[in-house]
Amino acid sequence: MAPAAEFPVSQTAPEPLLPRVVCVHRRRRDAPRVWTLELQTAGEPQPPFAAGQFNMLTAFGVGEVPISFSGDPAAPQRLVHTVRAVGAVSEALVRLEAGAPLGVRGPYGKGWPLEAADGRDVLLVAGGLGLAPLRPALYQLLAQRERHGRITLLYGTRSPRDILFRRELAAWGTRGDLALEVTVDHATTPWQGHVGVVTALIAHARFDPQRTLALLCGPEIMMRFTAEALCAAGVAPEAIHLSMERSMKCGVGTCGHCQFGGFLLCRDGPVLPYALLRAPLRVREL
Amino acid sequence: MQPLAQIIAQHPVFSGISAASLQLISGCARNVCIDPGQFLLRHGEPAHTLYLLRHGHVVLEIAAAGRGTLAVQTLGPGELVGLSWLLPPYQWSYDVRALELVRAVQIDADCLRRKSEADHDFGYDMMKRFMPVLVQRLQATRLQLLDVYGTGR
Amino acid sequence: MSRQTQCAHVIDLEGLQQLLDALRERGYRTLGPTVRDGAIAYEDIASVEELPRGWTDEQSPGAYRLRPSDTDTVFGFAVGPQSWKRPLFPSHQILWRAGVAGGKVQLDSEPHIDAPLALIGVRACELSALAIQDRVWLGGAAPDAEYRARRADAFIVAVNCAHAGGNCFCVSMHTGPEVTSGYDLALTELGTEGEPTFLVTCATEAGAAVLETLTRRAARDDEIAAAQAVVAHTAASMGRAMPETDWVSRLLVSPEHPRWNALADRCLACGNCTMVCPTCFCTNLEDTSDLSGLQVTRTRRWDSCFSVDFAYVHGGSVRPSIRARYRQWITHKLATWPQQFGTSGCVGCGRCISWCPVGIDLTEEVAALCAETPD
Repeated sequence: MAPAAEFPVSQTAPEPLLPRVVCVHRRRRDAPRVWTLELQTAGEPQPPFAAGQFNMLTAFGVGEVPISFSGDPAAPQRLVHTVRAVGAVSEALVRLEAGAPLGVRGPYGKGWPLEAADGRDVLLVAGGLGLAPLRPALYQLLAQRERHGRITLLYGTRSPRDILFRRELAAWGTRGDLALEVTVDHATTPWQGHVGVVTALIAHARFDPQRTLALLCGPEIMMRFTAEALCAAGVAPEAIHLSMERSMKCGVGTCGHCQFGGFLLCRDGPVLPYALLRAPLRVREL
Repeated sequence: MQPLAQIIAQHPVFSGISAASLQLISGCARNVCIDPGQFLLRHGEPAHTLYLLRHGHVVLEIAAAGRGTLAVQTLGPGELVGLSWLLPPYQWSYDVRALELVRAVQIDADCLRRKSEADHDFGYDMMKRFMPVLVQRLQATRLQLLDVYGTGR
Repeated sequence: MSRQTQCAHVIDLEGLQQLLDALRERGYRTLGPTVRDGAIAYEDIASVEELPRGWTDEQSPGAYRLRPSDTDTVFGFAVGPQSWKRPLFPSHQILWRAGVAGGKVQLDSEPHIDAPLALIGVRACELSALAIQDRVWLGGAAPDAEYRARRADAFIVAVNCAHAGGNCFCVSMHTGPEVTSGYDLALTELGTEGEPTFLVTCATEAGAAVLETLTRRAARDDEIAAAQAVVAHTAASMGRAMPETDWVSRLLVSPEHPRWNALADRCLACGNCTMVCPTCFCTNLEDTSDLSGLQVTRTRRWDSCFSVDFAYVHGGSVRPSIRARYRQWITHKLATWPQQFGTSGCVGCGRCISWCPVGIDLTEEVAALCAETPD
């Protein structure tokens, strides 16, 4: 007895758990233990991706990890991923030199709701490595700059040497149509920028809370404090979006690892509105 | 040039202040201009003043032998500098240095404390305005302590 | 029901043997219940002699005992530790192999083509479990091809339960004991005296085609009524029941219920419940390589949310405490599964109760979690 007819399957569907083999085109060190890999595909067209989505990257013989896209969604053939070496697989990935093969499958997950950004102020708040998944969103917002109100990027890191994408940040800083503030938790001379937590920047950011779309990416604690600060500033929880992180093994919603409350984050997320996350984020060890 | 009272009334710390209180504060205040690199406050010195920042940023820092100068926090327009005058021993805990040309309202803290002692309603109003700043800075400091950007190892 | 009764026939053990033979002739690998290591296991069977005739079981929290039955029935037992998850979604599956040489990678993902499976003796709760698995592995954006193939080709001979296990609670989950859909042929064992006879009904053309080849006779009305009485008797003798409360909603709002602490004091986090559960689907993907690093294999294995590593993110586990892991398991199974897959994750088979080494009773825990107020 076959399964019910409600589960049709295309015979030509590619095996979803099978990676495509690509090569490292070049890699650049962005910060201590953080590298950006630009991948080269063997002429094989890469599927389009949305800002905030992720790929599963395989270091052959070591394993597989989820890594957000950090490149431009308008140029999906240029696969860009920013990786921090924190475990066996990510250590292996950042050690790959130009020409070395790796596996890629995806894109997976739901990205930033940029379709909701039209006509609104957009506030991006990034913490640490969280700037990488937000960068595609910023590319897309700036590419259609006239469609949005004020765009603000608030970025916090641990120390000045942890700041990612410095050259781009410098260029963005000179744009008249983007407000950029960078702050660090700890600094020594000669740092002349902000010192303090990223939430402290919110009070000085210019945005209309009633018509603001807020995109948050960073450590969970930082996102929780930032989301609460934004709510206190009058932004609706429905308009605040967080990119959540949990263990992910399959990317297609069947391995069960990435559950957060009722969400399968690889499928229902990783980006979810704070309105849905507020309660579960308060539960310990959920 | 705006009258001093108006400038004080426009500062977020004193938003919605009553005319009577404003007059009491203005009597203790004056406009100042601080050049980049100059110190507003010095660690260990008596705490007699507070500043309402209007333009420019300052940094709270402390010099640590062998580690250079460690920045703790930066503050900018709309914010308040100097809270150690609130409680004994009325002594600064950090250096505060202007990062750029700073315009601020400098308030004689001894004067403000005296008026608060004399008029407890005024004093309670002052407390309600300074306490949130203290709490916010405590919360921010705790968040910094959590070292959230670390890898947890 | 009308179609089933239309084709209702009666067969004896010889007919059952003919059924096994007919399925094997058609190329099916016939899997059915048999006694192994003191329990009912689902194994390859070729003969009715291999069925657990004359055996029954006693089940209670933390206990499963097979013992000779007072009767000579063939299907007079409830579910054992295995479920049909094992043949349909094996515990180890190789997803791909890769040869790495000279900076090139050759991927090989040749799908496993097995003989089609004929599952003999599938209970109503297990049919419900199959339907749930279908939603998990086929209902999403990336259906599992191997599972799909195994499922699409499977021939299912269901059995109406004539014996409720001490930990069974399918009635309260509305998943049994009567089989209603999702099978090709259904058997009901009639009577407990003398040579076993079975009422057979069919639900598919494939089932009807096989049934036609068996030595059989049309069922009499009293036999149809007797078969219905068997199911009714089983339904009336359930070992346990889920509480008649809205436990889905209660569990969702009770993550801090003190009962979780009491549970954590008992639970060993052994993961037995997840291994015996017919719907638990969590897997891990593991890469292994030979010593040279040139041959790489990615394997998908059953995983358990009770392991500390299950929810590991860089830095540590998200659920270091047993309390959090048990809460995750129950809450997922009963309360968040519906929002993920549009169905409950529990079918009331009672396996997790029998095979829990400390005898944690799911129904009792749910009742406690719903009865007491967390504040």
